[in-house]
Amino acid sequence: MDELPIVSGDDVVRVRQQVRVAAAAAKLSLVDQTKLITAASELARNALIHGGGGLARVETVTSPAGRPGIRVTFTDKGPGISDIDMALTDGWTTGDGLGLGLSGARRLVDEFDLTSRPGEGTSIVVAKWSR
Amino acid sequence: MDRVPILRIGDNLFVSIQVDLQDDTVLQLQEDLAEELSGTGARGVIIDITAVEIVDSFIGRMLTTIGSISRMFDAETVLVGMRPAVAITLTELGLSLRGVRTALNAEKGLRLLAARDG
Repeated sequence: MDELPIVSGDDVVRVRQQVRVAAAAAKLSLVDQTKLITAASELARNALIHGGGGLARVETVTSPAGRPGIRVTFTDKGPGISDIDMALTDGWTTGDGLGLGLSGARRLVDEFDLTSRPGEGTSIVVAKWSR
Repeated sequence: MDRVPILRIGDNLFVSIQVDLQDDTVLQLQEDLAEELSGTGARGVIIDITAVEIVDSFIGRMLTTIGSISRMFDAETVLVGMRPAVAITLTELGLSLRGVRTALNAEKGLRLLAARDG
């Protein structure tokens, strides 16, 4: 289990690389690897920009159906998200982005779990299973 | 931070992205391209992303912005060499890269640009 700090743009790249290595080892297809890495890139950037930095943990796991996969957990101690439903809407943005980061990342993975408390931070767990 | 080199070939600028793109690298490329377009009067920009393994919403938005900036200098941007997995992921992410032309490879991209001037 590897935990990576996310405090700079370089760290976002490192998270992508770590997820790529893990996803390839778990035998995810090339498209699924790309989807998971892209989702991880969105979420790592979110943790950096909106969460004021955070942590990413990449794990090799097995689904309830017995399929190998990768789970990535992002945590930050930022301001949190007060309206999660709204934050997961396409086009909703706090900054000058396109508002596709969270909603897009959710579409790219098989499991997506977001917990957040205003003032305490945000935790997002995503998983992708091999087919 | 890596810096992406910009080559001038005839009336066109050629950019081949060979590094894992960091946000600052993309912003720097945007600035460098604007400088180069204004300085050279190039009519076209080919961006080769054959080696690019992922395009997320930030990188995608920056590519669209580069297309818009190019138009300010009467130049057209063509994105070439997108990997199939990247195309599928971008579409699912909800990014259409509106305003940027695409071509299968650099040769076809150059032909697109040549047709515009023809």
